[in-house]
Amino acid sequence: MSKEPREHFPESEQSIRNFNINFGPQHPAAHGVLRMVLELDGEIVDRCDPHIGLLHRGTEKLMESRTYLQNLPYFDRLDYVAPMNQEHAWCLAIESLLNIKITHRASLIRVLYSEIGRILNHLLNITTQAMDVGAFTPISWGFEEREKLMIFYERACGARLHAAYFRPGGVHQDIPEDLLDDIGSWAVSFPKIVDDIEDLLTENRIFKQRNVDIGIVTKEEALDWGFSGVMVRGSGMAWDLRRAQPYECYNDFDFKIPIGKNGDCFDRYLCRVWEMRESVKIIQQAIQKLYKCQDEDVLVRGKVAPPKRNQMKKSMEALIHHFKLYTEGFHVPKGEIYSSVEAPKGEFGVYLVADGTNKPYKVKLRSPGFLHLAAMDHLCKGHQLADVSAILGSLDVVFGEIDR
Amino acid sequence: MDEALKELNDFLILNYSDDIISSDFSYKQLSIFVNVSAIQEITSALKLNPICQFRTLVDITAVDYPEEESRFHIVYHYLSMHQNIRIRLKVPVQETELVPSITNLFPAANWFEREVFDMYGILFSDHPDMRRLLTDYGFQGHPLRKDFPTTGYIELRYDQEKKKVVYEPVKLNQEYRRFDFMSPWEGSEIDLPVQLVNDEEDTRDV
Repeated sequence: MSKEPREHFPESEQSIRNFNINFGPQHPAAHGVLRMVLELDGEIVDRCDPHIGLLHRGTEKLMESRTYLQNLPYFDRLDYVAPMNQEHAWCLAIESLLNIKITHRASLIRVLYSEIGRILNHLLNITTQAMDVGAFTPISWGFEEREKLMIFYERACGARLHAAYFRPGGVHQDIPEDLLDDIGSWAVSFPKIVDDIEDLLTENRIFKQRNVDIGIVTKEEALDWGFSGVMVRGSGMAWDLRRAQPYECYNDFDFKIPIGKNGDCFDRYLCRVWEMRESVKIIQQAIQKLYKCQDEDVLVRGKVAPPKRNQMKKSMEALIHHFKLYTEGFHVPKGEIYSSVEAPKGEFGVYLVADGTNKPYKVKLRSPGFLHLAAMDHLCKGHQLADVSAILGSLDVVFGEIDR
Repeated sequence: MDEALKELNDFLILNYSDDIISSDFSYKQLSIFVNVSAIQEITSALKLNPICQFRTLVDITAVDYPEEESRFHIVYHYLSMHQNIRIRLKVPVQETELVPSITNLFPAANWFEREVFDMYGILFSDHPDMRRLLTDYGFQGHPLRKDFPTTGYIELRYDQEKKKVVYEPVKLNQEYRRFDFMSPWEGSEIDLPVQLVNDEEDTRDV
């Protein structure tokens, strides 16, 4: 290296270069394993290049060599914050190809648990978003409620996280009677907790300084970048698949769709808070409806579902059917379908190509977070480095579903 | 909703009859086979024409049919929030064919096309940033092709002695088990018993 005296470089010619930093893959605000290469001009982000795939498990490839029923648990492992909502899309895809109409009770249970999933997700997102900008208390309050909800998961299906509860043809098992009572009393007490969390955040000076007018998404941008869920509703578009393209029995429920005005991180936060309140309403209605149909079966006992246990003890055919279902699996007729649900993070879709055998020929999982993260460069350009974590927090990314 | 889809189908066939190979309406969904050369034109019509207004790109993926002449079908899903309808475009392409990128129309296509390139090895022309997306840095091959084994070719581990991560060819302690429970009357691909008998005879002869 040549050592030239400093005087040889006049002040004006001193070159200032941009600074590159790695955000992640071990950064606590990266919400998982995200590596972002940030090009900084001082404190201003010039370019942001997310490197994803560190959690890529090849789910779509694995699914091609497993039966339809064996594939169901993979959906819990996509967005592991709200597992049942993903299973829902898979079940809907299979049911429309097989032309199965599930029972009313099963449909109500699905709605009930989808909304519990929505609250699970929003509780996690709101509180971690708060943590990204410096507030630690909300997360401990939020997780207390999440724990209660996961116990409701456990009481229905035996697992706190990886439920495998929604099955093609309904839900795996009926829920016990006292569970409904407990969810009902939880739904009465929960709005108070939302109030408490809101007390900490909504009018909090620091939280507002970090989120208001940060990461603004206009309507045009939301469309161009293929956003869905809270990301479009925060920008003032009342688009919710539960309303626009109703699946299950959402048509029978009375709920509102909260929308934002400015499309910034703060509006998205408010949307999520109000969505939790609306979900509580749906849960309460679902419980009332469930009380009225206690005797209905929760599975369509056809080719896709196992026979009842007591039948298997008596009938040879039922036993054979049970064996064939869990080894060979059921066959889905040739065809292709795209079916989607309003998952807490946005539109979660499954594109399924069936070739008439017991295994899918091709599955594509369309996760909302993938598109939201894809717009990261666009959203962060011109923002301060500190805003990157605020924006990332409000995008609501979970790498299970982005990397698949 | 069905009426709107039929109208849309008629409109597209009327205006782009040369480039539309076929259209299919099943399970209340409309899917249209389109020539690869016309994808830009039809996509921009779908996006901008006031009859369509498909402003949201929902998904891009591909399906691999190794036995067909046009090996891949690239599948585009669009959503029109204004009309509340969806459409699926399917584009058959050959293995080496270049597909025009639609990132100029939908910025959201950027990552989707990178993923399709990564997973299937289909190249898109005029794409601003054609890098791999989901697989490891320096990965070889395209995992979602049907001829790519599920176990892959290489595995990696941390080497205590070298103090770094090393890549090695996949070593399986037990052979990869591909259970084929399809009933033999309905097209099971495995004909193990016959194969075994032949192998035994062969070894005895030797």
